[in-house]
Amino acid sequence: MSSKIVTLNGNLAIAEAIRQINPDVVAAYPITPSTSIVEAVAQYVADGVIDSEFVCPESEHSAMSVCIGAAAAGGRVTTATASQGLALMWEMLYIAAGLRLPIVAAIVNRSLSAPINIHGDHSDTMGARDSGWIQIYSENAQEAYDNFIQAFKIAEHPDVRTPVMVTFDGFIISHSLETMRIEDDEEVKEFVGEYFPIYPLLDTETPITAGPIDFTDFYFEHKRSQLEGIENAPKVIEEVGKEFGKRFGRAYGFFEEYKMEDAEVAILLMSSAAGTAKETVDELREKGKKVGLIKLRVFRPFPAQKLAESLAKVKAVAVLDRATSPGAQGAPLFIETRSALFDYPKRPKIINYIYGLGGRDITPQHFHEVYAELERIVHTGKVEQYYGYINLRE
Amino acid sequence: MKKAKTLKELKEATWQELPIGTINLDAGNSLNNFTGTWRSGKKPIFKKENCIHCLFCWVYCPDSAIIVKDGKMVDIDYNYCKGCGICEVECPSKPKSIEMVKEELTFS
Repeated sequence: MSSKIVTLNGNLAIAEAIRQINPDVVAAYPITPSTSIVEAVAQYVADGVIDSEFVCPESEHSAMSVCIGAAAAGGRVTTATASQGLALMWEMLYIAAGLRLPIVAAIVNRSLSAPINIHGDHSDTMGARDSGWIQIYSENAQEAYDNFIQAFKIAEHPDVRTPVMVTFDGFIISHSLETMRIEDDEEVKEFVGEYFPIYPLLDTETPITAGPIDFTDFYFEHKRSQLEGIENAPKVIEEVGKEFGKRFGRAYGFFEEYKMEDAEVAILLMSSAAGTAKETVDELREKGKKVGLIKLRVFRPFPAQKLAESLAKVKAVAVLDRATSPGAQGAPLFIETRSALFDYPKRPKIINYIYGLGGRDITPQHFHEVYAELERIVHTGKVEQYYGYINLRE
Repeated sequence: MKKAKTLKELKEATWQELPIGTINLDAGNSLNNFTGTWRSGKKPIFKKENCIHCLFCWVYCPDSAIIVKDGKMVDIDYNYCKGCGICEVECPSKPKSIEMVKEELTFS
C-alpha cells in the first residue's frame, strides 16, 4: 500500500493512525464525541488487524490508570477521550506526567458540564493545561492524523519523555467527513520508529519502584526535574515537524501564519475555526485590507517568544478563545499571549473574545466584525473593551 | 544501560542528578527504612503460650510483620508492623494469642 487520498472523519483518521502504529496497549472508555475512535480500534483488535492489548475499563480514570501501568511496564500506549472523560482522568494526568510516561492521547474537544452539552469547545483540554502534558491542537482531520503520528515521536524522545495530547474539535472535526491523505503503513511505522522505554518495570534485571512517596526531602527536586521534559520539547517538536514535512510533504511548526507578512491587524486562535477565519482573511485581502491570522498549534509548551515576535509586527490583535477562565484576566490563550508580549516595547493592542462555547457557530460574518473592531482600534488608538463575546445573545 | 545512582547515594542530590520520572533504583531499600516507626499507637503482643500455630496472623498480615520459623509463629517484626490489629481479630485461639496494647511512639 502507498499513500492514498481517502474520505474520513477526524475520529476514523485517528483510528487509522492507531492501526498503523499498532501500539502495545490501548485503554479507553467510550465518550461522545470520541467513541468512534475506540470502537474502530476495538474492531481492529477483534479482527486481528492489530495485536494491541485492548483494555476497556469501567471509567476514564481507570483507562488512564491502565495507560500509566502499561507505560511504566515499558509499553507504547495510547487512549482517546473527551470532555467529562478527560475531567475524570484529571488526577491520573498529573501522575502520567510526573512519572514521565510518553503516553499519547487523542482528545476530542467537547464542552464541560454544567449544563450538559456534547458539542465542541476547548474547556476540557484547557482544564488540563497545567497537568504537565504537551498539548497539540489540530485544525482538521488531516492535522489530527499528522499530529497524532508525530506525538509518539515527540513524547518518546529521550530528552522529552512527557505525555502528549492531540486535540481536535468535537463533531466539527471528529464527525465531519473530509478528503485527506493517509500515508503508507510502512512509512508511518518507520517514521514513528521502535520504542525504547527507560527503566521499564518489566526489566527484572534492573528492579525499580515508580512513583514512591516523596516528602519534603525529594518532592521539590522531582517536580523541577519533571519540567525538564516539557522545556526540552520545543526543539524536538520543531525537529519532528520538519522531519514529517520532509517525509510526507506537510511540515509543522508551533503555529501557522496566514497572510501575516504585511498584516496590520491579526486574529490568533486554535483549531477548526481557523478554516472560517482564513476564508474571511481572503475576502478582506481582496478588498485590500491588511489582515492576517495565526493559528496556534502547540499550546503546551507555549511558544511565547516565537509567537510574540510574529505578533509584535502588527498594530492590533484579537485573541479568540473557545474556553473561559472564570475570574482570570481573560481566557487562557489571551492570558498567555498578552504575557508573552509584555517584554516587547512595540507591542500591539490586544483584545480577547470568547466564542463557540458548547459548539456555538462562528461564521465569516463574525470574523468580519472582529477585523472591523481591530481596524477601529488601530484608527482610534483606543481599546474600549478588552474582553467580549462572539455570537452570544446579549 | 548505565546504572543511575540509587536514592540512598543521592541523599543530597540536586534535581539534575535524580533518575527520570521519580524512579527509585534502590531495590530493597525498605531494609533500611523501618516503616514500623509510624505505627498506629497500638501494637500487638504475642502470647506464645496460647498459640496453636495456625498462621492465620501470617496469612492476614497486610505487611510481612509476622515472623515464622519452621512452620511456627515465633514473633512480631516491630520494624514493619503498622498496628492495624488484623492479627488480633483473626486469631482463632482461645484465649487469643495476640493482644493489641497501647504504646507511646517515638518518631525517628
